[in-house]
Amino acid sequence: MAIKLYGAAGSTATLQVQACLAEKDLHYEFVSINMSYKEHKTPEFLSRNPFGQVPAFEDGDLKLFESRAITQYLAHTYADKGNDVIIKDPKKMAIVAVWIEVESQKFDPACSKLVWELGYKPMFGMTSDDVVVEENEKKLEQVLDVYESRLSQSKYLGGDSFTLADLHHLPVIKYLMGTKAKRLFEARPHVSAWVADIQSRPAWVKAITT
Amino acid sequence: MAVKLYGSVDSEATQRVQACLHEKEVEFEFVTVNTAAGEHKTPSFLACSPFGEVPVLEDGAVTLFGLNIRLFVTESRAITQYIAHKYDGNGTDLIMKDPVKLAVQTVWMDTENQRFDPPFSKLIEAATQGNRGGQDVRQYEKKLENVLDVYEQRLKESKYLAGDSFTLADLHHLPGMHFLRSTKAKGWFQGRPHVRAWAADILSRPAWVKVAAMSPW
Repeated sequence: MAIKLYGAAGSTATLQVQACLAEKDLHYEFVSINMSYKEHKTPEFLSRNPFGQVPAFEDGDLKLFESRAITQYLAHTYADKGNDVIIKDPKKMAIVAVWIEVESQKFDPACSKLVWELGYKPMFGMTSDDVVVEENEKKLEQVLDVYESRLSQSKYLGGDSFTLADLHHLPVIKYLMGTKAKRLFEARPHVSAWVADIQSRPAWVKAITT
Repeated sequence: MAVKLYGSVDSEATQRVQACLHEKEVEFEFVTVNTAAGEHKTPSFLACSPFGEVPVLEDGAVTLFGLNIRLFVTESRAITQYIAHKYDGNGTDLIMKDPVKLAVQTVWMDTENQRFDPPFSKLIEAATQGNRGGQDVRQYEKKLENVLDVYEQRLKESKYLAGDSFTLADLHHLPGMHFLRSTKAKGWFQGRPHVRAWAADILSRPAWVKVAAMSPW
């Protein structure tokens, strides 16, 4: 099969790509990388991602890494398949690009720490660090305040249609909604409505249940 | 209406956009935002930049829901991509046309964003706001050196990060590489000849020289 995704269950970055593949209605082979066996540090895998992290991706001869580079490649290359997740008009796409950056630069750094502290640590029988949790919940609240304002003027982050700017948030939101951090989303009505909307998308449901 | 760039000469994110505007030979008006005086946190500024940050690009208007609204673009890497696409045909090509080559370019743009920038931002913050303690800085230095090791490998096989021509993947590094070269970190380039050659090459581009002339470091 031409498209192969090398990833791990539980990796939010891998899930970002799976969400996009589902939206674009693309068939692909999932190659599971077992991180407990350090399969992500083998020379073979490092030739796919020199940083030794999941996901890695190939489409025929093309090899890529960085989840958001992969989703953008898929969105542009398979523009006429499945759902649109980018916008053709350059000025409107510029606005989408802004919010893609915001997720990457502001939302994700704070949330990654929270996913680790509140999601993974308990799973591995480790104790969360309350100081780290408090610090990053504060950062997340600042970001969500901006999102609340944005979403009171715009149906989706990038504009009036669902795009990668929204999609990239799905995996982290999935994890955080299963922790006490969900109260931060629920306290903000427009954010809460947006979360409910994007999480109910059939492509997302398919991505997390298969 | 002319393109306006709201920013500060000591903001490396602003420098990133300036470099792009110069490469694309776009005429623009630079409007200084006085961050020392808190101008970036005023309501009028927050209206066009919700996180209260520079730079912001203003470029005419966009029609949304039938209304003509001034177009403000924030996030330096969203701005450079917008400029590179909009002014395609002007100045230097900064985006690979071939979709496969563009995919590879996007990988290295995201690498700068996700791996180079986080530790680099900590280092420049520590340097410009007073040292937070040697220990803290060492962990970021180590991370950045690991990234440069990957770049050294990549640049052995490829003249520029995305391929055989200069693109946004290289341009996005300009403020960072300029800063590192002016600090003790320039020692890191000694053991990494390909990174050193690449840095020397991109930092000598006339468009960057214009930006560097205004930079406080």
